[in-house]
Amino acid sequence: MPDAAPTASATPEKPSKLRTAARDFSEWLFKVCMSPFVEIGALFKLLWEALFWGVRPPYRGRLLVEAMEFIGIGSIFIISLTALFVGAVLALQLVDGFRDFGAESQSGAVIGLALAREVGPVFAALMVTSRAGSAMTTELGSMRVTNQIDALVTMAVNPVQYLVVPRLVAGFVMVPVLTMLFNVVGVFGAFVVAVSLMGLDPGVFMDRLKWLVDWEDVSQGLIKAMVFGVAVTLIACRQGFYAEGGAAGVGRATNRAVVQSAIAILMLDYLVTGLVLGQGLF
Amino acid sequence: MKVFRANLMRLTRPPLPPQEKDNPVHVAIRDVHKTYGKQHVLKGVSLDIYRGKTNLIIGPSGSGKTVLMRQLIRLETPDSGELLVNGVDFAKLEGLDLAAMRRTFGMVFQMSALFDSMTVFDNVAFPVREHTDLSRTEVRDRVMDRLSALGIAGAAQKLPAQLSGGMQKRVAVARAMILESEILIYDEPTTGLDPITTEMVDELIVEAEEMFGITSIVISHDMASVVRIADHLSFLHQGEIAATGTPQELLHTEHPATAEFIRASRITLDS
Repeated sequence: MPDAAPTASATPEKPSKLRTAARDFSEWLFKVCMSPFVEIGALFKLLWEALFWGVRPPYRGRLLVEAMEFIGIGSIFIISLTALFVGAVLALQLVDGFRDFGAESQSGAVIGLALAREVGPVFAALMVTSRAGSAMTTELGSMRVTNQIDALVTMAVNPVQYLVVPRLVAGFVMVPVLTMLFNVVGVFGAFVVAVSLMGLDPGVFMDRLKWLVDWEDVSQGLIKAMVFGVAVTLIACRQGFYAEGGAAGVGRATNRAVVQSAIAILMLDYLVTGLVLGQGLF
Repeated sequence: MKVFRANLMRLTRPPLPPQEKDNPVHVAIRDVHKTYGKQHVLKGVSLDIYRGKTNLIIGPSGSGKTVLMRQLIRLETPDSGELLVNGVDFAKLEGLDLAAMRRTFGMVFQMSALFDSMTVFDNVAFPVREHTDLSRTEVRDRVMDRLSALGIAGAAQKLPAQLSGGMQKRVAVARAMILESEILIYDEPTTGLDPITTEMVDELIVEAEEMFGITSIVISHDMASVVRIADHLSFLHQGEIAATGTPQELLHTEHPATAEFIRASRITLDS
């Protein structure tokens, strides 16, 4: 009896290790490349949900006041402290630098301009990120991993409306307020150092400041602060709201929130400046 | 304003057809499937939940119990199948209809899921404040009434972190029942509790059913609880209902996986 002919369908060909590794690598590379777009998409989705639910009743005024108190009142000390030293160090550097050209009288004007347009909104937003943004992510993340957000859903309460909307509105309102505070305290710190340590005439400092800095400069900073306020709270809420993996996962989410917020502030700073000044972006 | 009022009415109006109240089957789960990526977790689960009874769904870890629970309360949407609650397909509802239907259910999570920034009183009052326009006094009376019924009135001003596991469960039950939901779902209510507290929680489930006439759905792998409290029992195995019936029927089942699970837990009806 002749031997049975071997059949092709006996065992499917196993993919080689090299091919498997190449496929895994390409999948990983694709994921890494796509992750920023996925993240931005998720942020816009959450923003859209927040806008959708934000205009619908019920309106929870108490939660909004609590969020504004947490972001705004709670950040006054850290904002004032950092503003004082930022203003002081700007005075030290600029008065000293300008003195070489005999232009130290312009120090007050340049410090005021820098604070109003750039330093104030950027530093205020960074401080809010480090203090309030990280706390928001941790709080929402803890609520997520202990099923408190699921509990809200089961009680027919929309968690985006209850948790995200008040924080977002509070960020939008309070970061500009904190920016103004930063500007005022920053100018005060610069004034003290420039006048008492560097021997600049107080009248000249204030006169030049009023001469160069006008409402347009301040409003440019406030527009940036509004954008930063929304971005920072949105990132913090997004990371906390979708945290997973227990306490370690909440820690990772908080870390991501702080890093992403800091990057977003600096990138948005460039974009908003380009748009506000009308000079284009590239 | 009209839209607001209409929405509010839809949230406060009971959405259920009254004729269904005579049907002994409160929830009918029909051919429910759920897949995560390549993992097919629920493979056509069909099951009846009986009105006013304690219905237990048991099964080993990883059998899909919690996934089934999440579909049941619509924390997730099933890929296919029906979740008929009083005859209404809960799986197909969206928006305000879904929110209204959710009020049929109360949920007691495994770790209680109490809001840790609120006192016990505020936790229990939360659904009432959100969904009714009762006065402050009426809310207080209603909450204290429920807390007293469950023997935790003295803890009203404490934070959840100051309570024992058993007391937290009681608060979670009080919060789940405060809107007089028809169905209470308990997810692994006795996991991680000591034997005395476990027995206390089991009694609490029976008490809640007897006092308020609610339908209980208990997701568990604790066979001791089965013997103590179950009126109806279903065994979930690898994403399918492998056996269903009374505890007596299941303890004598010939279904191999169910029999093995019961044998391994060393439980008999006498115990």
